[in-house]
Amino acid sequence: MNPSDLKYTKEHEWVRVESGGVCTVGITAFAVESLGDIVYLELPGVGEKLIQEGQFGEVESVKAVSELYSPISGKVAEVNQGVVDTPEVVNESPYGDGWLLKVEMDDASEMDNLMTADEYDRLLASDTH
Amino acid sequence: MGAAGRLARVMATVEALRRTPLYETHVSAGGRMVPFAGWEMPVQYASILAEAKAVRTAAGLFDVSHMGRLSVRGPDAAALLNRVLSTSVPKLRIRRARYVLICNEEGGIIDDAIVYRLGRERYMLIPNASNADTVADWVRRWRKSSDRVDIRVVTEEISMIAHQGPAAQMMLSRLTDRDLPSLRLFRAVETDVAGAPCIVARTGYTGEDGFELMAPAGDAPRIWRALTDAGAAPCGLGARDVLRLEAGLPLHGNDIDAGVNPFEAGLDRFVDLYREEYVAREALVRVRDEGPKRKLVGFEMVGRGIARHGYAITSGEERIGVVTSGSFSPTLDRAIGMGYVRDGFWEPGTRLNVDIRGRQVEAEVTLLPFYAERQVPILAPIG
Repeated sequence: MNPSDLKYTKEHEWVRVESGGVCTVGITAFAVESLGDIVYLELPGVGEKLIQEGQFGEVESVKAVSELYSPISGKVAEVNQGVVDTPEVVNESPYGDGWLLKVEMDDASEMDNLMTADEYDRLLASDTH
Repeated sequence: MGAAGRLARVMATVEALRRTPLYETHVSAGGRMVPFAGWEMPVQYASILAEAKAVRTAAGLFDVSHMGRLSVRGPDAAALLNRVLSTSVPKLRIRRARYVLICNEEGGIIDDAIVYRLGRERYMLIPNASNADTVADWVRRWRKSSDRVDIRVVTEEISMIAHQGPAAQMMLSRLTDRDLPSLRLFRAVETDVAGAPCIVARTGYTGEDGFELMAPAGDAPRIWRALTDAGAAPCGLGARDVLRLEAGLPLHGNDIDAGVNPFEAGLDRFVDLYREEYVAREALVRVRDEGPKRKLVGFEMVGRGIARHGYAITSGEERIGVVTSGSFSPTLDRAIGMGYVRDGFWEPGTRLNVDIRGRQVEAEVTLLPFYAERQVPILAPIG
């Protein structure tokens, strides 16, 4: 269901390790499905420090607002301005064009604290039923 | 992403909720069911914004069977309703509907409703789902022992569907012999729709042209299917809330309640105080003469974010009001809201702040409604 090359948090963020210790961060299809139409994203600026499990922003849909928690510690290298300007891209493509941040990871071993796609699928199955 | 998981868990614990005759229809069409006022209702199908847009540009379909239906009939039905409703009931002509407030003896708004006069001694009152029992009790309370009147809750027997949007008339016309262009705003007729006996009224809660249909409960799925086949988009409560807010229509429990009077809520035009027998008359004359100390206003967000129910409205360091409704408006492409502000802050153009989770975000008071349908002639020539 969820891409197997990503790692997941129980708060429904995903992270993908790219080359050179940079990670891409986004929110999952389940998060997008639960929130519905996203209309605002509050994201940190380039250079800001993130801490694993620390709040880094907000995502607001027509019906709800939700906090975003960082899957990893590190420094923001890039913000996806495209989704800030047109948040519906996150609804349309949560694992593709709807990514939120690129982060320079501090400590690759933190990835061990996150869930695999299989584990995340199981969490969703237990959460909703 | 904390809320998503919590939302899922809340939804998983749903039980012992009432279901409308369209429950199976919603589930099989992919409606996301949530608890609302004791009922299990679709909040959305695929997208709240897409559904709202469908209503503004074509037509949408809402199951409003969860709302109350209180039949009041008999020789003294008009006299009884005239004691509890905010406008003159004897003046209401047959086959007409009216928006009314139901106020307590302190002038507080117990509920807002639509009253239909279906026959000489036949009325139907449509209170909000959450207030249906309260309103039925309130009407019974003011019944005199000498009143020849039959009061009956018929919510379960009769379903109710709202068919709203500029294309609604064209779609519905295919399913009935009744000439719809001649059915004017706030008028109702009894006619067959898709072979089922219906009351069709030109009323709604979206700010758009459209109809509300009352039909026997068992016929609801067939009528729903016929209207979706005709092109109407199934819509949930989420879209309904966005649309009514754009139209500047208050939602009881959010924008108005028993702690608010019609003058504060800007609904005094629906109150007729020239009736001795009206139970809220004395209190409402007093609040009218005193003048409101706060008023319900509409505002547009200047900054980013949605002002949600309960957020503080501030000016400088001062708290000067509270948000009662807020959403993103797809029609205006910006966030809008309503709330109470105190004297000195309710003129259109006034700049305010809304405290959005600690951020002071700028907003501007605007005239209501945010959205009004283009004036199109509803009357068409009849051959």
